[in-house]
Amino acid sequence: MASHSHHSDEGEYSGDIPAPQTKGIWRVFLILCVLTAIEFAFAFLMDPSTLRNSIFIVLTLFKAFFIVGEFMHLKHETKSLIWSVLIPTALLVWLLIALITEGTYFGDSVYNYLK
Amino acid sequence: MSSTTSSSTTLDRPKTGTWDGGNEPMKASYGKLMMWFFLLSDTFTFAAFLTTYGLIRHRHLAYIGAHDKFVFSNDYWPIPDKVFNAFPFFHGIDLPLAFVALMTMILILSSVTMVLAVEAGHRMDKKDVEKWLLWTILFGSTFLGCQAWEWTHFITGTEAGLTLYDGSKIFGANLTVNQYGPPLFADLFFFITGFHGTHVFSGIVLLIIMFIMAVNGAFQKRGHYEMVEKVGLYWHFVDLVWVFVFTFFYLV
Repeated sequence: MASHSHHSDEGEYSGDIPAPQTKGIWRVFLILCVLTAIEFAFAFLMDPSTLRNSIFIVLTLFKAFFIVGEFMHLKHETKSLIWSVLIPTALLVWLLIALITEGTYFGDSVYNYLK
Repeated sequence: MSSTTSSSTTLDRPKTGTWDGGNEPMKASYGKLMMWFFLLSDTFTFAAFLTTYGLIRHRHLAYIGAHDKFVFSNDYWPIPDKVFNAFPFFHGIDLPLAFVALMTMILILSSVTMVLAVEAGHRMDKKDVEKWLLWTILFGSTFLGCQAWEWTHFITGTEAGLTLYDGSKIFGANLTVNQYGPPLFADLFFFITGFHGTHVFSGIVLLIIMFIMAVNGAFQKRGHYEMVEKVGLYWHFVDLVWVFVFTFFYLV
């Protein structure tokens, strides 16, 4: 964030307005569109399988990387902020995998108990 | 506390060490940091929803058989592109996932206009901030409208409906009856897309507040557009969640 001195005059900012720097933003937009298009291509051209699901998840993670890294600017924050966000998320991914694999057993137990 | 050379309880000079409170160790303001940690907690909520989806989906049988022979049944989990194949004004035409693709593009586009608003804020360009905020509000509202249409279609159901073993028919879905498959499929649809839609709605409210503040010149007086940036973080997060909902609910 550029620090600007406080202006006492009401309303309008009187300084010069620099030209927009939007090339990178539209590049990320293009990447997100292409990744989504690839996902659709796989959805229609490939039969459902664990491999196809893995492809979806990998492409989704790529999309997430661009949204969080570029749009949310996390890539350009300090290392401590990056890790403060990434470490809990990484633990969360571990939790998700554990819950879904072990959860099948857990789900069975609850289901059989309620039967 | 450790012994101090000064007997006074007040500081002689401000603390300037990295973690002394004299500066920002993460080079982000308090508000921005808190937005990040709020979003982290929100990630946990959505992850819980998607885990539940995975768990419940595993508990149900998957449809095996030819893709084009698929019929709705409560016996197995439906194939998403057989459920979400309707498009407004194209009644009766099979357009698998076309509408959700459009919705995804609208939301990604709204994320782009949001980041353009933030970029304009860095340049103190009031006109540009207003313009891009308006576009974001427009795309966000369009997304919500699309979701409203999709919900309506999902609740109303198709003409064919689903014939049960006793010959009775059900149309559409609610929390207990579901034409497309097991009732839990509809429950998860309502909860996950509904929770996401609530986030989009809150985001639009925040964006409208940002727009009013920008028009009134509140940020120009303040000397920075950081508040737009913080709401931007929230808005991108909504888009981020949708990317995951889209993959796990509509594609996998």
